[in-house]
Amino acid sequence: MSPPTADSQWPLWEVFVQEKAGAPHEHAGSVHAPDGELALQAARDVYARRGPIASLWVVESERIVATTTADAASFLEPGPEKLYRHSRFYSGPKARKSK
Amino acid sequence: MDDAERERAFQARIDAGETIEPGDWMPDAYRGQLIRMMSQHAHSEVVGTLPEGNWITRAPTLRRKQALLAKVQDEAGHGLYLYGAVETLGVTREELISSLLAGRAKYSNIFNYPTLSWADVGVIGWLVDGAAIVNQTTLTKCSYGPYSRTMIRICKEELFHERQGFELVAVLAAGKPAQREMAQSAVDRWWWPVLMMFGPPDDASPHSEQLLRWRVKVKSNDELRQWFVDLAVPQVHEIGLEVPDPRLEFDAKTGHWRIGPIDWDEFWRVIRGGGLCNRDRLAARRRAHEEGRWVREAAEAWAKKRPQ
Repeated sequence: MSPPTADSQWPLWEVFVQEKAGAPHEHAGSVHAPDGELALQAARDVYARRGPIASLWVVESERIVATTTADAASFLEPGPEKLYRHSRFYSGPKARKSK
Repeated sequence: MDDAERERAFQARIDAGETIEPGDWMPDAYRGQLIRMMSQHAHSEVVGTLPEGNWITRAPTLRRKQALLAKVQDEAGHGLYLYGAVETLGVTREELISSLLAGRAKYSNIFNYPTLSWADVGVIGWLVDGAAIVNQTTLTKCSYGPYSRTMIRICKEELFHERQGFELVAVLAAGKPAQREMAQSAVDRWWWPVLMMFGPPDDASPHSEQLLRWRVKVKSNDELRQWFVDLAVPQVHEIGLEVPDPRLEFDAKTGHWRIGPIDWDEFWRVIRGGGLCNRDRLAARRRAHEEGRWVREAAEAWAKKRPQ
């Protein structure tokens, strides 16, 4: 953390919101805060003003390791040759077809 | 790949409807235009709390006060969403805020007009936020991912602002003669500045063409203005008020409302600092920044005392 002064910019935290229990946490935006607890408070004030919200996550932005769109083609390409990973690849009697 | 090739590939991605994300390569000019537009937008949300905040203590009922408090809090929150989104482009929030406080950055011209009566609070929610929604709805399709996602979130919240404002003005318009007059006078004063919110006409808007090609903007200023006019005119009539435009007429052939000429000299005069409130707004922002210093210091002191 850089040496704090009253006007310095605190670390950036990414905010993830879970709208109801069991749902995925989705990225909502970010807040600046000197620590996790204050980041959670700021996230509540900014991203949870309208309920219902089941839970909030905050994570320091610099801890996130991400791909770029340029990487995606080589790094994330699912491979059209891997159709056997999908249920539709397999045939059977009509009655057993998934809906 | 050299820059010309990169730029061609970039344009191809835009043309294919793809979204550009923070880590992606982008032309410097694209980054610069986004920083300009998004920070201007962020500043507008925050400065926009001032004309309305002015009326919180004077709201006529508890219900109206609650709505106004929530709305002003929303606007400040929208500023935060947007500052966060601009920061993904590699500028710091400190830089953004200090260029506003130094008077280098712009915010929406509309907030350089004063709120003279309670009806103005309603007209801001209804017409000012209504115009903002028209603009922001198209920006949900903008090519820069963080901006478009922020716009989706903001649009959902703005709808409440627009509704409460329309309701407020409709109640006044159906009230006693003095209330009705107050509502009409507010519409008269805000109508033209609201139409100017969409920016100068297309043929006088130097960046528009490039911005549309990059899908930083999705519709031109004049297209957006026309869309808004077609929405707003029937609403004004619906509550029995008049549009302060003697040249206004409905074009049955095209189904559009045609407006009279906009006074662009006034627009440029206010943008250049000649509006009634330009100085006040900046002074209020500077004062708020200074008066909020203790909050920043307290949060820091608290964080320092905690075991890391």
